Amino acid sequence: MKVINTLEEVIKKSGLKDGMTISFHHHLRNGDFVLNSVLNKVAEMGIKDLTIAPSSVFPVHIDIIDHIKNGVVKKIECNYMSGKVGEVISEGIMDQPVVFRSHGGRARAIASGELKIDVAFLAAPAADSEGNINGINGKAACGSLGYAFSDARYADKVIAITDNIEEYPLTPVSIDQTYVDYVLEVEEIGDPEGIVSGTTQITQDPVGLKIAEYTAEVIEESGLLKDGLNFQTGAGGTSLAVADKLKDKMIEKNITGNFAMGGITSYLVNMMEEGLFKSILDVQCFDLDAVRSIRENIEHQEISSSWYANTESKSCAVDMLDVVILGATEIDTDFNVNVLTNSNGVIMGGSGGHNDTAAGANLTIVVAPLFRTRLPIVVDKVLAKTTPGEHIDVLVTERGIAVNPANQELYKKLKKTNLPITTIEKLKEEAEKVAGKPQKVEFSDNIIALVEARDGEIIDKVRQPLLK
Amino acid sequence: MEKLRQTMLFIPGNNPGMVQNGVVFDSDSVIFDLEDAVSLKEKDTARILLKHALVNIDYGSVEVVVRINALDSDLLNEDLEAIVKPQLDTILVPKINTADDIKQVDEILTKIEKENDIESPIKLIALVETALGVENAFSIAASSERMTAILFGGEDFTADIRTERTDRGEEIDYARSRIVVGCRAAGIDAIDTPYSDINNLDGLAKDAKRAKRLGFEGKSLISPKQINIVNKIFSPTEEEVNWAKRVVRAIERAEKEGKGVISLDGKMIDAPIVNRAKRIINIAAKKEGVL
Repeated sequence: MKVINTLEEVIKKSGLKDGMTISFHHHLRNGDFVLNSVLNKVAEMGIKDLTIAPSSVFPVHIDIIDHIKNGVVKKIECNYMSGKVGEVISEGIMDQPVVFRSHGGRARAIASGELKIDVAFLAAPAADSEGNINGINGKAACGSLGYAFSDARYADKVIAITDNIEEYPLTPVSIDQTYVDYVLEVEEIGDPEGIVSGTTQITQDPVGLKIAEYTAEVIEESGLLKDGLNFQTGAGGTSLAVADKLKDKMIEKNITGNFAMGGITSYLVNMMEEGLFKSILDVQCFDLDAVRSIRENIEHQEISSSWYANTESKSCAVDMLDVVILGATEIDTDFNVNVLTNSNGVIMGGSGGHNDTAAGANLTIVVAPLFRTRLPIVVDKVLAKTTPGEHIDVLVTERGIAVNPANQELYKKLKKTNLPITTIEKLKEEAEKVAGKPQKVEFSDNIIALVEARDGEIIDKVRQPLLK
Repeated sequence: MEKLRQTMLFIPGNNPGMVQNGVVFDSDSVIFDLEDAVSLKEKDTARILLKHALVNIDYGSVEVVVRINALDSDLLNEDLEAIVKPQLDTILVPKINTADDIKQVDEILTKIEKENDIESPIKLIALVETALGVENAFSIAASSERMTAILFGGEDFTADIRTERTDRGEEIDYARSRIVVGCRAAGIDAIDTPYSDINNLDGLAKDAKRAKRLGFEGKSLISPKQINIVNKIFSPTEEEVNWAKRVVRAIERAEKEGKGVISLDGKMIDAPIVNRAKRIINIAAKKEGVL
């Protein structure tokens, strides 16, 4: 029997000591109770100087701030960070910079031992007494457990934390008992409200819709819109609108895609269920319909982040993508993208799969409005480089489409169409003509974050913004 | 060559994002609204916003129109003071009932243009939305050199004739036709009423097709989502353009050969057909110019 009754006991059994590294997955997103409760307990037990490696940090994980201040958390390595924790870290409260990786990069770093995990605390919406777990049963069902696979495989000790113990053997199984040391049963692992959204919505913003319209045309004119299309889009309103416009084109031209991938939403599920894609590769579910589908549809395949995007695995799925649609908080005239900080240099995101899919896909499209409120999105130099410009093929905005000069083939194809093809420099000029040139943000010498590319190379060091 | 007005998009004058982005939706015209879309306490905000937008934002080849408040509202003078700028193409004046209404606006406008050294006169579109206005369509259309179109306001009109709007729209058929005929007689554009259910794109398409058949040049719109559909309906199809080109070629050939009667595909081509063909080519040429 691996079932342990209290968090304290399981932490003791895991052998967790000062200076070790603990990890978490973020499938419970902003509804996660596990990370905070583990840190609070660890602090109570007097363990200090930990490195925490959650795949992502959400606003709910605000307790981290206290544990940075009281010395429990010494270092953070993650793929994404939103909410207050990022804001406070941007004020310089940590002695060591946060290491930001891509989803594939994290899997690679764990497998290679660069990110050595001593104890993994894995939230499990369903588990049995031997530690077989899945994400699809139970009240905290989150669907895919894609980000947790590497932790389970490579951590020295693996603890499954669940609020739903089912009879042995649990079926189906995502992570099996051969990887799991202990099972801890708790009352609740998360708040279903914060785990998945009820529905994800296509944007109604006319600017977003205009961008989506252009993007679908870019895909069509690129020649990649044909049978066998492998496609990824995000869960943002504009990305979903692209999927919607693409759907119309696929129906019109009688095209059946091969797989859709990514964070999965009801839109991609519907497209698969209507026969527009043969299958879905799912590293993370974003809404209730995606969770239902992964439970019901055999073609809806859960994949690990290593399968998704680890360059050092024997092969990975992002390398098979034809088209990926990505966002940007800033993009510079060399097409480098920032999805880590806001325009003031404050941490508010991270690469996630951005860097991975951009590098892997045949056609990488960044969609962004030319302005957000009064700020131009195209800048001279991004405040943080999370995806190098060499991986971006084209930027689509509501006021024009800029093709990366490195992709002459695409430029020639698009130039022949009626699409408003321009240069990224001209887009920047146009934005500045309307909104003016923003004042430069000042930075101190203190490094608050290191950005790793998917292969582990440090591609940027983010300094602390000096906010007025 | 006058520009096309197949799609005229209403944008609330107090919405900075939409005012800033008015140029990106590919409508032929944008109509920034100071009237119904802006509540009384927001009028100042909207005037200030539009005043600066007109001067600072380049709307390129998109016609910039502002709908001011009506003559009887006490707001019209302040509206005009704010928005009469060299960058403004056209003013849409609501609740026009008679030619005299337009003449009054014309006079005020002439004065403000003089004070501001505006050389190129600002054009006018009359918004006709009452029974009286519809009955006076021709005299309104012919009331001023500035007049370039009548825009039909179907919602207010239906209330005025004491009935309700329907999807089929038979209650506005007469008014639509009367406005088209009046505009045509005066040589100006006739623009159709908006279709108010923004989520019913099939209904919009039917409504726009009907307006086109009745002779309207274009349609006013209340959402960017409506632009593509309406644009497509009012634009000549490739077959129509090819047919028109063949008609014109046949005419040219006949003139060279000195033939009096001309036929194409076994049908006689007379003056109205030639005129229709030339109009189609003209619209197609304008569209090319836009692209």
